[in-house]
Order: sequence, then structure tokens, then C-alpha cells
Amino acid sequence: MIEFTFWDIVRNLLLAARWTVLLSLAAFIGGGIVGLIVLFFRIAKNKWSRRIASGYIALFQGTPLLMQLFLMFFGLPMLGLRIEPWTAAVLGLTFFASAYLAEIWRSGVAALPLGQWDAGASLGLHYLQELRLIILPQAFSITRAPTVGFLVQLIKSTALTSIIGFEELVRTSNAINNATFEPFKVYGLVALIFFVMCFPLTQYARSLEKRAAAH
Amino acid sequence: MAFAWLPGALGDIARGALTTILLIAVTTLAGTFLSILGAAGRRNGPVLLKRAIAWYVEIIRNTPFLVQLFFIFFGLPSLGIRLDPVLAAMLAMTLNMAAYTIEIVGAGLDAVPGGQTEAALALGLRPRQVFIKIVLPQALKVIFPALTSQIVIMMLESAVVSQIAVRELTYEADMLQARTFRSFETYFVVTMVYLVLSMALRRLLVSGGRRVLGAGVS
Repeated sequence: MIEFTFWDIVRNLLLAARWTVLLSLAAFIGGGIVGLIVLFFRIAKNKWSRRIASGYIALFQGTPLLMQLFLMFFGLPMLGLRIEPWTAAVLGLTFFASAYLAEIWRSGVAALPLGQWDAGASLGLHYLQELRLIILPQAFSITRAPTVGFLVQLIKSTALTSIIGFEELVRTSNAINNATFEPFKVYGLVALIFFVMCFPLTQYARSLEKRAAAH
Repeated sequence: MAFAWLPGALGDIARGALTTILLIAVTTLAGTFLSILGAAGRRNGPVLLKRAIAWYVEIIRNTPFLVQLFFIFFGLPSLGIRLDPVLAAMLAMTLNMAAYTIEIVGAGLDAVPGGQTEAALALGLRPRQVFIKIVLPQALKVIFPALTSQIVIMMLESAVVSQIAVRELTYEADMLQARTFRSFETYFVVTMVYLVLSMALRRLLVSGGRRVLGAGVS
């Protein structure tokens, strides 16, 4: 049996946590970009475009993320793409995040008074200009709290990528646990590291919520 | 795509789905009960209890369910508490859901006007009766949509308990794809089963809520 001191465990977990952070950021940025596209479809004037976007959102919100990751991991090779856990993890979490972010932002668009659209049109702006200059900035600003809240959910969701073999915090902790037989300590530390990452964001989301409620 | 394996696998899928339904049914009942106690304790309990509940909520909400599950299933035995996988899964799911629903139930309790409590006390009801018969039903009515969403989310998250070998829907899918070598098709079918389950669960909860809590529940 390999000897692990307490600091060996902590050091290895912190090194693995870098991948958790990187994956969270990649999925958040990717999800933001795809989410924006889904949002365009979701608020478009065309009925079918709205329906397709609703279906997309319902599909990702109505099935387990673990299944989405499995489908990514086993599905993409069928399309002839060579796939590694990292690719499957980023793509899976990106699509997952895009559905949630699109829905959050849509609620922001829906909360704006229709007069904002009318005012934009009366200034001679066309649809895309209206969205870019008037609607989206306001929609993003009023949905900042739930967006940060979703980032916390996304960070926690990266834990699932350990199951499809991506070497992040949880997968590393499983390996360390198998070597040290100290699950209480190892998983306790993993929980602590996640807590340190998520708690400040949760508090930030809460303060944003309070600020929004005060207005 | 090949689905020739499907007819022979229906029994396994149905058995897995039943276990998933059992897990979420137990979690819903235990979790809602626990969160009512928690929300009431957070408002009216002694300071230490209030603080303990606040910390419990923060710890659970800021760590992944998978890690909580591993902590309970692999970690607790070193304290001498050994749980079988199904019990560990139920415990982890209940504790996880309660942390979210304590906040939801709490918001519902805050939404009931104080005059309701005063009126009930003036009629001579004891404080416990006031809570159970007057405040709680009104609170539940307000928060029912949020509660429903949380239960559906928990059902979807329960896919993770396959990792400690609970024989639920995802576990059966893992076993099936190992046997059929049709990974994508297997997970695709099971994903659709989850989709149907989540839609059915939402509908069931809404219609059940209407019956118990009266009209106006959506």
C-alpha cells in the first residue's frame, strides 16, 4: 500500500480541483454562447422556431444530466468522431448549461415591458439592433442573480463527469480513497473544496437578489 | 441504430423504473416532512438549532450530490454506521432535497399573513394546531409549484445512485449496455423513459396537489 500523508491527499485533491474549475468555466462560456443562440430561437417571431427551442429546453431539463453525458460519450463516436472524456464532458455540460441559461434569460426578456420593444422600433432600430442595444442588456442585468446561481449548480454538476472517466476532483478522490481507505477524510475534503468554490458565489447571488428586491 | 435487444430488455427497464419511482416516493414524503420541521425550527427554534439548520442548508446546497452520496455510503461506515445501498441512497436523497425545500417551505411560511396566526389563536387554538391546520396548508399552497420542480429535479438526480449499485433505472441501463454492446441506443431509450417519468411525475403532483390543497394550485 502506498503511504499518503494528509498533505499528499490535500495536494492531489487541489491539483485535481484545477480541472473542475477549468471544466466549469469552459461549460459556462460554451453554455452561454449556445444558450444565446437557443434564446434567439426561443423569443423569435416564428412559432416553429419558438416551439423547437422550447422542446430543446424541455428535453435537457427533463432528463438526467448523467444520461446526457452518457449519450455524448457513446453517441459521438457513432458519428465517427474520436471522443475523449474531456470532450464529452465539455460538450455535455455545454448543452446542459445552454438549456438552463436560455430559460433564465428568456424569463428576463419576458419581464421587460413591451414598451421597450416599441420604443426601440420607433427609434428606427431593426430587430437585431433592438435585441443587442435595448432588450438583452436589460434582460441580462435583471437575471444576474439566477445566472450566478446556475453557475453554482454547474460547478456541482461537473462531479458527474467523473462517471464518464474525466479526471476531475471526484474521480481523483475515488482513486485516492482506493489507495488510502480513508473515505471519511477524503470525501470530507472533497466536499470542503467544493464548498469553498461554491459558497462565495452563493453569497454573491444572494446579495444580487437582495439588491434586485430593494429596487 | 439497432433496437432488436429492446423487447427482451423491457422487464429490466421496468424494474429499474419502479425502483427509481420508489426512491423518489420515499424521498418526497421524508424530505417534505423534514423540511417542514426544518423550516419551522429555523423560525421558532432555539438559537443553536437555528444556526445548525442554516449551516446544514448551506453545506448541502454548496456541495455536489454525488459527493454527499459517497460520503454517506463510503464515509459513514468508518464511524460504525453501515447502510445498505438503497437505504444510503434514500438517506442521501432525503437530506439533499430537504436542504432545498427547507428554504422553499420557509418562504411559504413567511408568505402567510401574521393575522392568520393571531386570528386562530384568538379562536382558542393551541399553537401547534395553528401551525398544522392554519399556517401550513396556506404555505404549502403558495410554494407548491416550487416544491414540484424540486421533486422532479431530485428524481433526475437520483440517476447518480447507480454509482453505489442501487438497482434503479440508470443501473439497469449500465447492465444492459454491457450485455448488448449497444451503448448509445440503450442510454437513448432509458433517457426517454426518464423524460416520460419526469413529465408524468409533474402531472401527478399537480393533480394530487389540487385534490389535497384545493383549487388554484398550478
